[in-house]
Amino acid sequence: MASTSITEASLTAALKDRLKATHVEVTDMSGGCGQSFTSLIVSPDFVGKNSLKRHRLVNAALKDEIAQIHAWSAKCQTPDEYAKEQAATGGNDGPPMDGTVGGKVDGTTQ
Amino acid sequence: MFSRTVFSRSILRQTAAAVARPTAAPTPAFRPFLLTASQIRLLSDQTRQAIDKAVGSAPVVLFMKGTPETPQCGFSRASIQILGLQGVDPNKFAAFNVLEDPELRQGIKEYSDWPTIPQLYVDKEFIGGCDIIVSMHQNGELAKLLDEKKVLATEAEAEGEEKKE
Repeated sequence: MASTSITEASLTAALKDRLKATHVEVTDMSGGCGQSFTSLIVSPDFVGKNSLKRHRLVNAALKDEIAQIHAWSAKCQTPDEYAKEQAATGGNDGPPMDGTVGGKVDGTTQ
Repeated sequence: MFSRTVFSRSILRQTAAAVARPTAAPTPAFRPFLLTASQIRLLSDQTRQAIDKAVGSAPVVLFMKGTPETPQCGFSRASIQILGLQGVDPNKFAAFNVLEDPELRQGIKEYSDWPTIPQLYVDKEFIGGCDIIVSMHQNGELAKLLDEKKVLATEAEAEGEEKKE
């Protein structure tokens, strides 16, 4: 069913390409089977959009990929917000890990 | 702090009941998803209407995997925990288990134009999934929203709930 296998690299490239993302971190949470990903996406496209709109933008950009995987998480920041967080915490939290157990998705096989 | 813990337990109880309703002796009004075999094959219009009803069934509605008491997915669990922490009034909250109903599971994704579960609705408006809920919780937006919509349990109710425990 999967036309291309989804990997951290392929998602990163797609995001950079389709959202002009300046910084992307994609982490495979599924223990390597390429089914669950969490991401941090920094893009100027997010400026002036609330959380939901940013996520919808990402969902639209990655529509085909997301349809093929089981779980997708994203943290969408503008370049300004990203820089601020770097300055404030001395390092970004990275992609959201909430809902995961030690960075791995914990849940149903359904 | 203490009262908020009580709420999360009562949310679990109350919403477990809310989720259980569709599977128990169903009344026509609240039986949107468990249709008879022949009805299940009906068109998505029916599903859409059923979801409309579900979304409007309470001020705060969460479509999740599993029940509030036994979430079947880490993201659903995190969302429930946050709603508990925020002190959402159990009487204003309903949870729907998409694992119980494949039509709901697929339908809600099309309805919301959102690819994943869980999904939170407040006042029939789609708020987002787990990461949005988490980030809104962290930056205070969620507390503000729930407060504005008046869906937080009050102190008086907290007292009542404590005694019930």
